[in-house]
Amino acid sequence: MLLISKVETFYGNIQALRGVDVKVNSGEIVTLIGSNGAGKSTLLMTISGVNKASTGEILFDDQRIENLLPHEIVNLGISQVPEGRRIFSRLSVEDNLRLGASAYEKGKNFDTDAKDVYDLFPVLKDRLNQRGGTLSGGEQQMLAIGRAMMARPKMLLLDEPSLGIAPKLVNQIFVAIKNINKEKKVTIFLVEQNAKKALELADRGYVLVNGNVTLEGTGQDLLKNKDIQAAYLEGGGKK
Amino acid sequence: MDLAYFLQQLINGVTLGSVYGLIAIGYTMVYGIIGMINFAHGDIFMVGAFIALISFILFALTSIALPIVLLLTLLIAMVFTACYGWTVEKLAYKPLRKSFRLAPLISALGMSIVLQNYVQAAQGARIKTLQPVIQGGFTFLEDTGFTVSLSYLQIFIILVTIFLMAVFTLLITRTALGRAQRACEQDRTMTALMGINVDRTISITFIIGSSLASVAGMMFVMYYGVIDFYIGFLAGIKAFTAAVLGGIGSIPGAMLGGLLIGLIEVFWSGYISIEYKDIAAFTVLVVVLIFYPTGFLGKPDIEKV
Repeated sequence: MLLISKVETFYGNIQALRGVDVKVNSGEIVTLIGSNGAGKSTLLMTISGVNKASTGEILFDDQRIENLLPHEIVNLGISQVPEGRRIFSRLSVEDNLRLGASAYEKGKNFDTDAKDVYDLFPVLKDRLNQRGGTLSGGEQQMLAIGRAMMARPKMLLLDEPSLGIAPKLVNQIFVAIKNINKEKKVTIFLVEQNAKKALELADRGYVLVNGNVTLEGTGQDLLKNKDIQAAYLEGGGKK
Repeated sequence: MDLAYFLQQLINGVTLGSVYGLIAIGYTMVYGIIGMINFAHGDIFMVGAFIALISFILFALTSIALPIVLLLTLLIAMVFTACYGWTVEKLAYKPLRKSFRLAPLISALGMSIVLQNYVQAAQGARIKTLQPVIQGGFTFLEDTGFTVSLSYLQIFIILVTIFLMAVFTLLITRTALGRAQRACEQDRTMTALMGINVDRTISITFIIGSSLASVAGMMFVMYYGVIDFYIGFLAGIKAFTAAVLGGIGSIPGAMLGGLLIGLIEVFWSGYISIEYKDIAAFTVLVVVLIFYPTGFLGKPDIEKV
């Protein structure tokens, strides 16, 4: 479904991605783990067209998308929940959701789509008229995911959904991600520092180090891998 | 004469404030959405005044009824001026969007000079006059002998302003376009990730701001009857002052600020000295900014992260 090959991305003179190859099949949950600064967020922003790949190609449903604009990519069916959630804090929760629906038939089916989001995160329904910025961190993350789902994406890119969120809510969010994948049939590409949780959830995983993919395999295989245990599960990463 | 004189100044001030308010919206919207001061906006207002003038002169050759002439001139001024505003954005600001912050500002100053010289070259440097289009009005004779008059033109200006501001407020608060604009104000990248064409939203912002400025231009030429290629400078600076006074980025603030600047200017002229009326508005701005650094309705940028 998504095929990334030999993608390199620069920030000015600094090379953030050094020829990344990643493949995500339809219906899968694929995770990308790696430490801070490895280039995980850059890769997601490159897929979404916010950062431009200087070389390499990105295919989505056999169509090249690396030169498209961000809004065009969303309209093809790739939505992103970015790092730090980036909800519109001064707008109401409802306006945030309505903005999310901009890509899908200009929000004509707002009520039915919103109902799906309330099923995932019932708390949002009670907060519709509140400003986004008044929600707790976990609720903001739910809003960010719900907002992305309003576009009815074929594929959802998630950047560190567990960052800065109470552990209890992290579980709820991971359950929701699984639901989105299994019930709504949305392919998931998940970037996480919380490697253990991500690998447990994922069908397959990639490890990104300094802009290079160094390892790939099924979630279970990677969980058992000695190097990963040492680098991301026991010592360095959060459990 | 006290009450009557005061009433007269109030009427004049609200009229002038309407003109400033309509221009100020354009400054504040553009600042809100791309964080730049569009210094060419005053000149867009001036272009609008010229288009309205030309339109009035052409219609004067026909025998079309006055209400239709007013409506058509309004539409013509809005459409043509919007084209100017849209072109300025495309030529001078869009290519600089990823550049350093000062670049579009310098470009805007350049655009301002270009528009002034263009109109000077095309229309000549001498002042242009327009015969009164709407004449007559109500007069109330107060017992002290001072006459208070409220002309039909003033009523027209105030009503059109109220109508446009109401429509415009609905547009911003109730439509998908307004929602996209408010989203762009906060986070343009994230707005694009919602599937919204950010460049188009910015273009539409310029189109709306320019057409409101053109209405102000039309009112200006009708009210004063005299324009030249340079009117955009002072009117633009005052409208910018109005936007800052109300809180730059805030649309109700721009309307309030416009009204205040209009009233200050007129009351200063009426009660203190007409020579220093321009200084009055700017002095008030300085004083207000000392106590309200973000303007009356501006929001300090504190956000929960």
